[in-house]
Amino acid sequence: MSTTQSLYDGDRPLFHLPEEPHHPDGHSTMLGFWIYLMSDCLLFAGLFAMYATASESFAGGPGPKELFELPLVALNTAMLLFSSITYGFAMLAMAKGNKSNTLLWLAITGLFGAAFLSIEMYEFSHLIHEGATPQSSAFLSSFFALVGTHGLHVTIGIIWLVTLMVQVARKGLIQANQRRLMCLSMFWHFLDVVWIGVFTFVYLMGVAR
Amino acid sequence: MSATPTEHHAHDAHHDELEMPHGSFKDYMIGFVLSVILTAIPFALVMTGVLDKGSTIVAIFALGIVQIFVHMVYFLHMNLKTENGWSMLALIFTVVFVLITLAGSIWVMYHMNTNMMPMTPRQAAVQFGG
Repeated sequence: MSTTQSLYDGDRPLFHLPEEPHHPDGHSTMLGFWIYLMSDCLLFAGLFAMYATASESFAGGPGPKELFELPLVALNTAMLLFSSITYGFAMLAMAKGNKSNTLLWLAITGLFGAAFLSIEMYEFSHLIHEGATPQSSAFLSSFFALVGTHGLHVTIGIIWLVTLMVQVARKGLIQANQRRLMCLSMFWHFLDVVWIGVFTFVYLMGVAR
Repeated sequence: MSATPTEHHAHDAHHDELEMPHGSFKDYMIGFVLSVILTAIPFALVMTGVLDKGSTIVAIFALGIVQIFVHMVYFLHMNLKTENGWSMLALIFTVVFVLITLAGSIWVMYHMNTNMMPMTPRQAAVQFGG
């Protein structure tokens, strides 16, 4: 919008700011990270669309009703939901400047995330053991691609979480660390939002229909 | 977005503290309790099968969408003011894009499927009532 107002250097119009406006470090990080998350959302939209179009193509193999165990999925969903609220508590501890409580809640969050991943690994290995591999049908290919990509995100989130715990333990709750924790907070809650789509669209609808 | 240098300085003074949206303990608890309820109901509906198939599917989708809203508001602290509304604008753009991707793919592929030869025994059975 600054182009609408032209600045002059003598008679010459200036098409750039004579001096770069000063911005504090990281003032645009949150918006930038939000836009990254939105682009990640588009990646998941593609995977969801692929699953939607391939979810009836069983190639004579097993379908969702035979494969999915809802109690296990419910347990998994609970793990992710608990990890969301404990991350929220870490943010509240951070806002109060309480370093040890922040670290404690982050550790609990990480454990819930690890539990989620372990259950997912168990589920995947169980499916593959039963012969329901990604190669068996378009349905299973798209299922493993979608749920696996979400699991990969959670894995990266846990690595990031551990990294930040080391950072906070060594440097304290400095402003840069607070900003990083805010970004991870958005990432973590975003993954929970994607998981709502996964358990509704893949697991519940797969068994219901 | 602000045009004159003086405006920039006024802006900076305001921005020197990172403005970070964080909810209160109450917000997180409201979000958590709502999420638990909105997760438990669809799981119960599918696992017990109290409703017929059509209503169950409509219900789990409706509850899923409500839960996404709950997470957006109580966990991600979305509102119209964050980053002067740019976060919301990016979100709306993404939602439109996601809806086009999903609806378009399902629509196109559904019509392609019906115009193709049956691919699997199951589809053949559906198509020819075999």
